[in-house]
Amino acid sequence: MADERIKLLVCSGAACTSADAEELKNALSDELEKQNLKDNYKIIETGCSGSCDFGPLLIIDPGDVFYVNLNPDAARRIVNEDFINGNTVEEFLYQSPETGEKLKTLNEISFFENQTKIALRNCGKIDPVRVEDYIHQGGYVALAKVLHDMSPEEVLEEVKKSGLRGRGGGGFPTGLKWEMTRNAEIRDDKGTKYVICNADEGDPGAFMDRSIMEGNPHLVIEAMIIAAYVIGSRQGYVYIRAEYPMAVRRLEAAIKYARDFGAIGENIFDSGFDFDLEISIGAGAFVCGEETALIHSIQGQRGEPRAKPPFPAEKGLWNKPTLINNVETFANIPTIILKGGEWFSQYGTDDSKGTKVFALAGDINHTGLIEVPMGTTLRSIIYDLGGGIAEEKGFKAAQIGGPSGGVLTEKELDLPLEYDSLLEIGAMMGSGGLVIMDNETCMVDIARYYLDFTQDESCGKCTPCRIGTKRMLEILNRIVNGEGEIEDIDRLIDLSKLLKQSSLCGLGLSAPNPVLSTLKNFRQEYEAHIKDRICPAGVCENLMLRKNKNNKAKAKESKEAK
Amino acid sequence: MKVEKQYQEKNTQTKEEKNLDKDKYEELKNVIQEYKEKEGSLITILHQAQKIFGHLPREVQIYVAKSLGIPLAEVYGVVSFYSLFNMEKRGKYTIEICMGTACYVKGSEEILKILKEELKIEPGEITEDGKFTIETTRCIGACSLAPVINIGDDIHGKVKGEEILEIIKKYE
Ligand SMILES: Cc1cc2nc3c(=O)[nH]c(=O)nc-3n(C[C@H](O)[C@H](O)[C@H](O)COP(=O)(O)O)c2cc1C
Ligand code: FES
Repeated sequence: MADERIKLLVCSGAACTSADAEELKNALSDELEKQNLKDNYKIIETGCSGSCDFGPLLIIDPGDVFYVNLNPDAARRIVNEDFINGNTVEEFLYQSPETGEKLKTLNEISFFENQTKIALRNCGKIDPVRVEDYIHQGGYVALAKVLHDMSPEEVLEEVKKSGLRGRGGGGFPTGLKWEMTRNAEIRDDKGTKYVICNADEGDPGAFMDRSIMEGNPHLVIEAMIIAAYVIGSRQGYVYIRAEYPMAVRRLEAAIKYARDFGAIGENIFDSGFDFDLEISIGAGAFVCGEETALIHSIQGQRGEPRAKPPFPAEKGLWNKPTLINNVETFANIPTIILKGGEWFSQYGTDDSKGTKVFALAGDINHTGLIEVPMGTTLRSIIYDLGGGIAEEKGFKAAQIGGPSGGVLTEKELDLPLEYDSLLEIGAMMGSGGLVIMDNETCMVDIARYYLDFTQDESCGKCTPCRIGTKRMLEILNRIVNGEGEIEDIDRLIDLSKLLKQSSLCGLGLSAPNPVLSTLKNFRQEYEAHIKDRICPAGVCENLMLRKNKNNKAKAKESKEAK
Repeated sequence: MKVEKQYQEKNTQTKEEKNLDKDKYEELKNVIQEYKEKEGSLITILHQAQKIFGHLPREVQIYVAKSLGIPLAEVYGVVSFYSLFNMEKRGKYTIEICMGTACYVKGSEEILKILKEELKIEPGEITEDGKFTIETTRCIGACSLAPVINIGDDIHGKVKGEEILEIIKKYE
């Protein structure tokens, strides 16, 4: 029998947890107990619902009533005024920044209204680990369909038809990769192949994969089993960062539930198909997100990349054919199977199908997680969903694709965000971290920041990357310290070319991108640092300042005090 | 100089400390027993070892190498490659300051500076009273809370400059 209790969904993603969602949950529970309502309501701790700025929050299902910025006292009032007396507690409803109007349900709020959720389906709506909750939302139906009614070729055909491209950064067509791994020559008599889920998410400023893992781990598990069926693998690994302990815990729990349910293990759903899944925990190295480095790391070695080809599809984990996909890539698969590749390909643009999850962070009013059709413009993301720029400062730039990407400026506000349009302007989709920066950001400093990152994370195996990033960082340090020479700009460009031509892996190949991109868009800022010894944004401390960073901090404080 | 200090430390261990160490090695032995046969489990074992000892001093690395029958260089190679493994002793609490992009543009560097001044240590070092270690960390995926500070199991989000000093007061 279906559970008819009203669900009280309390977000326990990272943001809400740190905003004391736990206290909220306890207060709700105590008050329900006190009022003898325990049997009518069920409190569910969900993963991130995406709206990180409104936490801790509560969604009431059915009805989708949305209470925000709660505390224990608010919880008690909601139980008494809403649940008992039927009066919505206005005070804790979301207030529209445009009209000032209080909005009661999720769908009225533009942050949610403007989204299309496929990969984030159910995130924030279910208990992430319990298999029953997932099934209740249509979970494991795709797997059953695949195992009982479809041949591996038919599944592959559907994935190809969807036009799905890898969400881990490169945008490689997923169907093609599955086909390559399926057709890969098998080297041992047992026919061993592997499926790996890349949940490393090393891009700073990105938290999509984390949120999917925490909010709906079964979705990824289900997809991995489907992929295994297609390529003919019996063993999978999820490679996840140690920095994500909650995601690891939830994934572990979900795997256990899935095993008890019979979705993992031998003879899955009586189909004769076997598949097992293990977690492999990283140890803090950005380069381990790169697929060949990741394989070395699962093998217990230093996470150093190697030259490709051979690609992992041919020679991967323990030299066996291996399929590696990103978390979000996998998260699209069950829906593609259920609704068809055709259906999926109606979203997005000609060469980038479907939706993309973006992590919005930085100087924007509503930070959090959003999923929109490919080709949505930056303007729409910032203003329709993100509520605009914080503190009424102007938009200056958005960094997309982390250290491998570049900046988008005012000129690009109306550029459709998709793989190829971004490459054309020297940026990159990357994993989908979008860090918004306002007028008080120094772009030279940002370039220096990324070089510092890549220099530090370079594994050191290849010389261009090891030494090249170091030299570039030295030059950038000189410039922000007010010791730059005008020739330094050409030196940066030369070094960039060198790295792009001769690095071993994507880390070194893309390391110059933030520099080239900021140089292209903000060259006058570099020149101001070098020629005039001025940091126009007032960030670089050693320069003759119009206003320095401390002033900036002070200005902020006094503003907040008011 | 450093080696000398380590050596002295080892010889000034009290009996209790030595017993405690014995317990820890016993625990590590069990871990290694569990994973020994499994190919590629070195990183898993090191994670566990670090949990047991708090860090991975040379002796522990030697012990792991010997137990697995692999060269110390291989163990050291892995330990030194990954930033989450550390060979130095840690404070009771490790204060991790996120240096991810979102946190950086929201001023995490300022917080690091304040902490360095207050605690008189550099990242990776331990305060004189053994209470704190500061560490810069890569993005922990809580970017909407930027700037983010992690202390033990607690995440502190949207930390404003000096506020960090109030926060660390709560850790005894
Ligand atoms: C330096 C570097 C870091 C990377 N980090 C990640 C990562 O954190 N997560 C990820 O899924 N892919 C990452 N990638 C891309 C992977 O190598 C690989 O292309 C991807 O996991 C394939 O999955 P997809 O086809 O589903 O996108 C990285 C690549 C490079 C060069
Ligand atoms: S940038 Fe600090 S948590 Fe992501």
